[in-house]
Amino acid sequence: MLLGLKQVWGLLLEVVYAVLHGSWKVSDIVAQIYQIGVRSQSVVMVTGAFTGLVLTAQTYFQFHKFGMDTLTLAVNSVAMCSELGPVLAALMVAGRVGAAMAAELGTMRVSEQIDALRTLNTHPVDYLVLPRVAATTIAMPVLVCEAVAVGIFGGYTLGVYGLGIDPIYSWANMVNMTHVKDLMTGIIKGFFFGGLISFTGCYKGLFCKNGAQGVGEATTDTVVISSIGILMLNFCLTLILSKIL
Amino acid sequence: MIKVSGLHKSFGTQHVLQGVDMEIQTGEAAIIVGRSGGGKSVLLKHITGLIQPDQGQVFINGVDISHLEERELLKIRRDMAVMFQGAALFDSMSVGENVGFYLQREGKMTTGEIEKKVAETLELVDLNGMQHKWPSDLSGGMKKRVGLARAIIHNPSIVFYDEPTAGLDPVVSDSIDHLIRRICDIRQVTTVVITHDMRTVRTVGEKVYMLVNGKIYLTATPDELFASQDPVVYKFVNGISDSEDVLS
Repeated sequence: MLLGLKQVWGLLLEVVYAVLHGSWKVSDIVAQIYQIGVRSQSVVMVTGAFTGLVLTAQTYFQFHKFGMDTLTLAVNSVAMCSELGPVLAALMVAGRVGAAMAAELGTMRVSEQIDALRTLNTHPVDYLVLPRVAATTIAMPVLVCEAVAVGIFGGYTLGVYGLGIDPIYSWANMVNMTHVKDLMTGIIKGFFFGGLISFTGCYKGLFCKNGAQGVGEATTDTVVISSIGILMLNFCLTLILSKIL
Repeated sequence: MIKVSGLHKSFGTQHVLQGVDMEIQTGEAAIIVGRSGGGKSVLLKHITGLIQPDQGQVFINGVDISHLEERELLKIRRDMAVMFQGAALFDSMSVGENVGFYLQREGKMTTGEIEKKVAETLELVDLNGMQHKWPSDLSGGMKKRVGLARAIIHNPSIVFYDEPTAGLDPVVSDSIDHLIRRICDIRQVTTVVITHDMRTVRTVGEKVYMLVNGKIYLTATPDELFASQDPVVYKFVNGISDSEDVLS
């Protein structure tokens, strides 16, 4: 436990040092943004769309009983912006990207590729960790925005064309009740979730042991720790950001 | 010059290195032999600064590297190269990208210059025109050659080889041995080979260090090693097992 904390702290300091003084390259970060951000778009957008659809449907079913149909899309919009968009997008990215990072770095570790890097005048943090952490931290807020946009669009389409909600009042309620701070909350959460997912994946991969079994464990641990971490961090950020913004 | 002094290393209850002392002179072709699991690779990782000792020192050209930080070690390692036992090629890169990796990261050469240098180095290891192949397309011997080309492309003055012929057939092993000897002669580099292959000792070695029970048991020339009547050395050189070994 203590060794783990020491390793986490050591890696965190190395990442900070690498940002300031390391020999990292912008091209490495751009390549990772493509791998992590661009290639995660479809998964995140499908997640956003179906979350928006189901949230709209469930909200409508309840609100309809009280004649509050036109508030349905406002609920969907606020929830997507500040909670469901960032959390569900992050959970999907943790499954896709975090696991892949842990597996890739873990395989490099057990096949001595990381040792080879170190003998080739390359610090593993500069070349492997920093680009991944930076890319995920940059890409995640953008992915959150995409999930939110698709979720709201999906909800609007279902609500207006499928459930027959009045489009004018619904739109007006949605715009009135969704504030910039809701979207800012989602974007800031995405930033933190991106850092958490990538750091966990890199840490677990970099310090993985015991061959193929170790790589498997690192991958599983990354998804579990990232997912629980996202939910816990989301709660904390919700409380903090509600005070700040 | 490489100097190892009183090196100790344990993993849990296993005391792998128990006070290793040795000196390898500049330009020397040194072979470190010993039984499998005897700590040869652990010793090599200490000399290259990949792991830190529990006790003792490692000096590379007079600098004690045993407790240096990783970023300080990177500067020392600019003058070193390691060919790993499994080649440790980056499997997400082509052969050319693997070989040119050091120069590409260094950023001092243009792409064209790097490509030219890669082609020259691949020619040196008899792999002309293999730049566009992938590591997964290569045989074990070819992977080791690519690993060697990647290691020596920046003209290091010390080259380490970890079991260069392990898992290869006798013919390919012989070609790798001759390649190591050729690079040693052409580039005038200090060469350190970890092996238990006696043919490598004959072909490459100028001085042999035998590691037994975590210590250097013998320092000799290859001829002295092969002529030794010491029971431990004799059994190792001739591949004779004890009854305990058979039972274990």
